[in-house]
Amino acid sequence: MMMFVQFFQRAVMQGIPLLFGATGEILTEKSGHLNLGIPGIMYVGAISGVIGSFFYESSVGAANINPFLAVLIPLLTSILGSLIMGLIYCFLTVTLRANQNVTGLALTTFGTGFGNFFGGSLIKISGSDMPAITLSATSKCFKTSLPFADSLGVIGKLFFSYSFLVYVAIIVAIISSYVLNHTRTGLHLRAVGENPATADAAGINVNRYKYVTTCLGSIIAGLGGLYYVMDYASGIWSNGGFGDRGWLAVAIVIFALWRPNWAIPASILFGGLFIIYNYISIPGLGAEQMELFKMLPYLVTLIVLIIISMREKRESQPPQALGLSYFREDR
Amino acid sequence: MAEVPAIELKNITKVFGDIVANKDVCLTVNRGEILSILGENGSGKTTLMNMISGIYFPDYGQIFIDGKEVEIKSPKDALDYKIGMVHQHFKLVDIFTAAENTVLGLKDEGRYNLKKSTAKIKAIADLYGFDLNPNKKIYEMSVSEKQTVEIIKVLYRGADILILDEPTAVLTPQETQRLFSVLRRMKADGKSIIIITHKLNEVMEISDRVSVLRKGHYIGTVDTDKTTEAELTEMMVGKKITLNIDRSDPVNPTDRLIIKGLNCVDKEGIKVLDNVSFTAKSGEILGVAGIAGSGQRELLEAIAGLQVLESGEIVYNNPATGESEDLRNKTPVQIRDLGVRLSFVPEDRLGMGLVGNMDLTDNMMLRSYSKGHSLFVERGKPKELAEKIVDDLEVVTPSVQTPVRKLSGGNVQKVLVGREIAAAPTVFMAAYPVRGLDINSSYMIYNLLNQQKEDGVSVIFVGEDLDVLIALCDRIVVLSSGKVTGIVDARETTKEEVGLLMTKTFGKGGEE
Repeated sequence: MMMFVQFFQRAVMQGIPLLFGATGEILTEKSGHLNLGIPGIMYVGAISGVIGSFFYESSVGAANINPFLAVLIPLLTSILGSLIMGLIYCFLTVTLRANQNVTGLALTTFGTGFGNFFGGSLIKISGSDMPAITLSATSKCFKTSLPFADSLGVIGKLFFSYSFLVYVAIIVAIISSYVLNHTRTGLHLRAVGENPATADAAGINVNRYKYVTTCLGSIIAGLGGLYYVMDYASGIWSNGGFGDRGWLAVAIVIFALWRPNWAIPASILFGGLFIIYNYISIPGLGAEQMELFKMLPYLVTLIVLIIISMREKRESQPPQALGLSYFREDR
Repeated sequence: MAEVPAIELKNITKVFGDIVANKDVCLTVNRGEILSILGENGSGKTTLMNMISGIYFPDYGQIFIDGKEVEIKSPKDALDYKIGMVHQHFKLVDIFTAAENTVLGLKDEGRYNLKKSTAKIKAIADLYGFDLNPNKKIYEMSVSEKQTVEIIKVLYRGADILILDEPTAVLTPQETQRLFSVLRRMKADGKSIIIITHKLNEVMEISDRVSVLRKGHYIGTVDTDKTTEAELTEMMVGKKITLNIDRSDPVNPTDRLIIKGLNCVDKEGIKVLDNVSFTAKSGEILGVAGIAGSGQRELLEAIAGLQVLESGEIVYNNPATGESEDLRNKTPVQIRDLGVRLSFVPEDRLGMGLVGNMDLTDNMMLRSYSKGHSLFVERGKPKELAEKIVDDLEVVTPSVQTPVRKLSGGNVQKVLVGREIAAAPTVFMAAYPVRGLDINSSYMIYNLLNQQKEDGVSVIFVGEDLDVLIALCDRIVVLSSGKVTGIVDARETTKEEVGLLMTKTFGKGGEE
C-alpha cells in the first residue's frame, strides 16, 4: 500500500510538468498552431526561473530570503522567458506565416541551447564543484505544501501532499476546458483553429486570438519547466536534466484528444509509465533492458493515434486548420 | 403590393485592374419582393452583390437604403443596415452545431447562453418553415441543411434584405421547392430577397421582377409576369456578334469517341454527370457549352481517366489499329498513350497540367520523364520542344529556363496547349483555352484547334463564349446540371437556342 502511495505521488510529480506543457500546447493547437517549440519553451521557462531565483538568492543570501519574493521572482522571470519565446513563435508563424513545424523545431533547438548556455554560465558564476546550480532555499519555498495533509492519512498523502504549482496545473487545465467548451471566447477560439476563414467572416479577429492563445499556451508550458526544476528536482539545475519531457507533453495532447481536462489523468498516467521501471522488478532484466520501459508512454500514444485514426470521429480529430497559416486574401 | 424601395443602387461601377466588373448598374428592390438577378458567368452578378454586402466597395455610384444614402464598407456595416448575404460557398465550422455556427462572432448578446440562442433559432425556423435541428453538427448535414444554417445565420442577425448567391445550384428539385416556399413566406413577412441565378424556370417561378446583367452592364429590369423565357434569354446573351474564325467542313468524319450513359457523383453525393451520351468524331470540333460547373470538368476528366464514374461507357475507336477499346478499363497513362490529350485551363490557370515553380523545359518533361532507358532523364528533347513552342506560338518569355509561374496567363496557356498538341493527339480536349487571353492570342489558339481538326484529330472544345462556340465548332453539346440538354449543329443554331438549352432544368416531374 505504501508502495502504491509513493508511486502515485511520484507519478503526479512526474506528470505535472507534462500537464503544464500539454495544457499550453492544447490551447495553442486549438488556435490552429502546432507549436513544436514546446520542449524548448519549457526549457526556457525553467532556466528563466533559475536565473531569477539565482540572482535573488545571491543578492540577499540564501539564509534570509523572503518566502513570498522567492516564489514570485522566479515565477515572473519564468513567465517572461516563455512569453518571449511565444512571441517569437507568433511573430514568425502568425505575422510572417512561416512554416509552423520548422519554426517550432527551431525554437526547441534554440531554447535548449539558450538554457544550457545560461545554465553553464550560472554554474561558472556560482563557482560550484558540481556541474549544477543548487537553489535549495528557493525550492523549499516552492515545495511548501498544505499543513494539514499529514493528518489526513493516505487520502492526504494521495491528494493534498503537493506543492501549490501542482494544484495550479490542475486548475489551469480545468479552467481551460471550461473556457473552450462553455464560453463565447472558447467558441471563437475553436472556430479560429477549425476554419479561420469562417471565423474571419464572422467578425472574429483571427490573428489576435492566435497571438493571445499561443502566448498564453507558452506561458503555461513554461511553468511546467519551472515546476520541474524548483519542485521535482528540488531546485537543482543541471544542463539537460529536463530530458525529453517536452515531447511527452506533445504526445499527451494527442492522447487526451485535445481536451485539457483529459490531460490531467493522462499526464499522471504518463508520469507513472515514465517511472514505472523503478517499481517493478522482472528477474533477469538488466538496467539496459529496463530502458525499454521508458518507451511505454510513446507506445501508448501510438496506439491512441491508431485508434482515433481508425474511428474517424470528427470530435476526436485535431483542429482542422492545425498547421496551416491563414491569409485572408488566399482564396 | 405597395412599392416601398428597400434598397436602391445608382450607377454602381467597379473596376478590377483593366476589367470592368460592373458599369453603371442601377437596381431597386422593394420591401416584400423577390428580385432575380440574371446573367451569364462573368456578367458581374456576384461582384454587384458583394458591393451591397460590404465585401467590395464600389468605385463609383451610390447606394440608398430606405431612401437614405449609405456607405457600406464592411460586412458588419451591411448587417447594421440589415443586409445579409448567403454565399455560394458556405462559411461554416464543420464540427460545430447549427446553433454554435449561428451565434459565432456575435458579441453583443450578453452572457453566452446556447440554450437561449437555440430557442431563438427554433423560433425563426418555425416562423418561416425551415426544417432544422439546431443541435445537429454541420458535418452530419446535407448540403441543403447547411444552406438552411447559412440563411438562419443571416436572419438571426436581423437581416431584412437577403441576398442569395445561386442558392439552387447545389439543391435537388425537391429541396429547391422547399427553399422557394420558405422564400415566399419571408416575402410575405415583408423581407426583400435578391436571388442570383441563371436558371430561367426558377426565375419565372419565384421572382416578382428580374434584372439582367450582361458583361458587367445593366441591361434592364422586367416584371416576371410580363416577360417570357425567350425575352430573358435574349437580354442575357445579347445580339449575335460575327467572328472571323475560319471553319472548314469536316473531312470524312468517323466516330472516334463514343460516350454512353456516363453517371458520376461528387464527394457531397450530388450528381455531376447524369446519363451523358454523345459521339465525338475525327476531323471535327465538338463544342461543349454550359454554365460553369455543369459537369464539363468531370466529363473531360472521365475521358482522361481521372474521374471515378458510377456507370457508363467510353468507347475509343483506335485509328491506328482499327479496334474499339473501353477507356474505363485503362489507366490515365494508357489513355494518354493512346493519344487522348487533355488541356484544362482552370480558373487559377496553373492548377492542372503545369507546375509553376518549374521552368518550361521541366514542364515539358512532365510528359516525357518516363521515356528512354538511361538512368538519367533525357533533357535535350524536352528543351527543343520548349523552344519550338516558344517560337511557334510566340510565347513571351525571357528563356525556356524561366519558371512558368512568372509568365503571364496567356503565355502559360500557350505552353500548356502547345505541349499537349505536340504529342500528336488523336483526341484533343481543351477546356477554356482562351480564358483571359487577348484577341490575338485567342485567334492563335482557335487556329491551332482548327489545324488539329484538319489533321483528323477529334477536338473537344469547352468554352464560355457562345459566339466563339458557334463560330468555331461543328457541333455543340449543351450541358445543364450534368445532363445533356441538346446536341446542336453549330452552323444552324442561334445563341438563343444554346442559351435556352444551357439554362434548361428538369424541375417538375423531370420532363425533357
